Amino acid sequence: MSPTTGTRPASNRTSARRARWWAEVGWRYPVALVIIAFAIFPLLYVLSAALNPRGSLAGSSALFSTFAVDNFAALGGTAYWTWFGNTLFIGGVSAVGAVLMGACGAYAFSRFRFRGRRFGLTSLLIIQMFPQTIAFVAVFLMLLAIGEVVPELGINSKLALICVYLGGALGANTFLMYGFFNSVPIEIDESAKIDGATHAQIFWRLIMPLVTPVLAVVALLAFISSFGDFILARLVLTSEENWTLAVGMYQWVSNQLTSRWGLFAAGTVLAAIPVLALFLALQRYIVGGLTSGSVKG
Amino acid sequence: MTTTERAAARRERRPGTARGFSWGFVVKLLLMGIVNAFGLTVILSAYRAESWVVLGIMVALLVLVDVIYFTKRALPLKYLAPGLAFLFVFQLFTLGYTGYVAFTNYGSGHSGSMQQAVDAAFIQDEQRVPDSPAYPLTVVERAGELGFAIVVDDEVRAGTALEPLAEIDGAGTGASGAPTEVPGFTVIERAQVLTDPALQEQVVALRVPFSDDPEDGSIRTREGSTGVLYTSSLEWDEDARTITDTETGLVYAADDRGSFVADDGTRLATGWYVNVGFENFVRAFTDAKFAAPLLQVTLWTFAFSILTVLSSFGLGLLFALIFNDPRIRSRKLIRTLFILPYAFPAFMSALLWRGMLNSEFGVVNDLFFFGADINWLGDPILAKLAILWVNLWLSYPYWFLVCTGALQSLSGETLEAAKVDGAGPFRRFRSIILPLLLVSTAPLAIASFAFNFNNFTIIYMLTEGGPSIPGAPNGIGSTDILISAIYAISGVAGGTADYGLASALSIIVFVVIGVISAIAFRQTRKLEEIQ
Repeated sequence: MSPTTGTRPASNRTSARRARWWAEVGWRYPVALVIIAFAIFPLLYVLSAALNPRGSLAGSSALFSTFAVDNFAALGGTAYWTWFGNTLFIGGVSAVGAVLMGACGAYAFSRFRFRGRRFGLTSLLIIQMFPQTIAFVAVFLMLLAIGEVVPELGINSKLALICVYLGGALGANTFLMYGFFNSVPIEIDESAKIDGATHAQIFWRLIMPLVTPVLAVVALLAFISSFGDFILARLVLTSEENWTLAVGMYQWVSNQLTSRWGLFAAGTVLAAIPVLALFLALQRYIVGGLTSGSVKG
Repeated sequence: MTTTERAAARRERRPGTARGFSWGFVVKLLLMGIVNAFGLTVILSAYRAESWVVLGIMVALLVLVDVIYFTKRALPLKYLAPGLAFLFVFQLFTLGYTGYVAFTNYGSGHSGSMQQAVDAAFIQDEQRVPDSPAYPLTVVERAGELGFAIVVDDEVRAGTALEPLAEIDGAGTGASGAPTEVPGFTVIERAQVLTDPALQEQVVALRVPFSDDPEDGSIRTREGSTGVLYTSSLEWDEDARTITDTETGLVYAADDRGSFVADDGTRLATGWYVNVGFENFVRAFTDAKFAAPLLQVTLWTFAFSILTVLSSFGLGLLFALIFNDPRIRSRKLIRTLFILPYAFPAFMSALLWRGMLNSEFGVVNDLFFFGADINWLGDPILAKLAILWVNLWLSYPYWFLVCTGALQSLSGETLEAAKVDGAGPFRRFRSIILPLLLVSTAPLAIASFAFNFNNFTIIYMLTEGGPSIPGAPNGIGSTDILISAIYAISGVAGGTADYGLASALSIIVFVVIGVISAIAFRQTRKLEEIQ
């Protein structure tokens, strides 16, 4: 596709080739630009609003007219960083818990043959169809009852919320990991067994290092799902110092939408960057997980 | 491991069992110690709180865990037990409990046992005893809970709102006769009570039960230095299940609806919850107040989830078809930019769009509609469109990713063969690509439908279900889907609570999801047979 030759038939050929290129490939680039504009306009807008020192929704429509970090500094005067810490704590612990429980469950189903194995797998498959969020009334009432016995695990306890999230861990993650565990050849286990390794050694020393990618994906998915959960977090965490970002930032936007806009935008930018980075870094695995782990028995 | 070590390991251990000393065993012992300590603590406090269900479940769990980890049988269970324990308590139990609550009238006014209702009635009716002695009183505190310490017959008694007054040994009284030193409690100086208005308010509102028996009444104070006895004029007859008001002579009898009702029709505010059979379900379908809004909500729930899946699947597939071409340069960059909305946390996107769609100051009206005043989130139809639009923005990247993956795994030979046979691009798409694509994506589409069926976050963050349907109870709005309507009805976020009706509706959602899943399974199998 080099338009260097000067003779007429050659240039005719070039323009014909160029027309063909436009018809087959070239038109896709402008389309891509439109889609990208559609995809990232809100993200650019929130970045611009975060950098706008006026801090209100009114007047934030002129994109990138000002650059100031006032909003980011102002976050220090709110409970934002407390919520940030709570979110990291709750998300982190439930991600680690979900990975451990899911990996143990997948190992058991993948490597042992026991009575009730098929039944167990099928039940898990069915249970995962019914998310806990629909039973939120019962979760609330149950935590009220538990709180009368163990206040540390009652309403307004971060640990209680983590426990609730972990309740869904086995159902949601076992399948994703089960398929992955099955892809590790069983001969590895057998040779280790002959060498005298115990089941625990096989699990921790052999299998776990081989399935690290799926562990990372499950951890990320569990973290993101707790990061994005609103209904259960709102129900369980009643006092402001225990809130997660989802609960706290919802409160900002629902109460004083227009005046706290700058704070919200700055908080969104700060919280979304790590999630975006993690997501994009693990993109390849996540997509694989999404397509392979969902409804296959 | 070297050969000698291996041999040693073989001698020490039989495969599949942990024997002898090893770090793993130490860790296991430590963990089991923690679990057992926690379990025993819970069992003890459940016994003290007389919470028999919690006690029973905890004992069962603890015994099971100890049996599983300290015997050599049930090897798979060693791996499954932690996950199963959480699954049983925090998922299966809550699902079952939802079923139980759905058949009760649990909610505002019916939120405890009959005994709790009686206690509450006594507390509500309490009045100052006219000739009560004034007990010298000090405000005290323990573990963040305010309480009173008073002097009764030269003996110091202290308690909090939850703990009735009990005799305290080794307490001292000051010059005014009020306690100055109460072991186990922190004394709050009177000066502090007088200067802190918030504390003052709490002190005036505080009631400390005089004894375990609610009929003995409670101690309250007006100024923080003397306590006065308050008692109720009610009398509780446990055998006849009646409460008699000795002042007015009214007799409130327990009815089978969980209330105390007098002959003249007046009822006490606090009741207890009872089994009401299918009443909640009947109410959801026949009570004019609920039936019409709920029908609308149900229809919108289906419309919302079906349209979301169709639109985002369609758009994602279209984009995937366009950009799955090896001749396009920097495909990786394009792909990364395309999926940004999916990587962005969903609740933040919804809140962000809520601001962008604001009718007065929103950027959407400002930039794309020339400053028009379109009330995107306040109009029933526009709000629905806005929700579909935002959800499309949020979820097309997912389908773009999924479809791109599926397209790349299609066999090139089949497509080549079709091309050779003279099939045009549309024909190839229609007869080869789409059917093959559906095999791998149909299950995901059904899963996505089920997910959006309960997509509380997007609805609540964007519109909170509003604008509300005129005349609908609990502020049910025209963009509410079933789960957000249940949230409004349940009253967990404030307002009148109706846990019974909310749970009944949850059961209906369960049934819908169950049916969808069953269809999904069958459909998946059918599609796989085609392949």
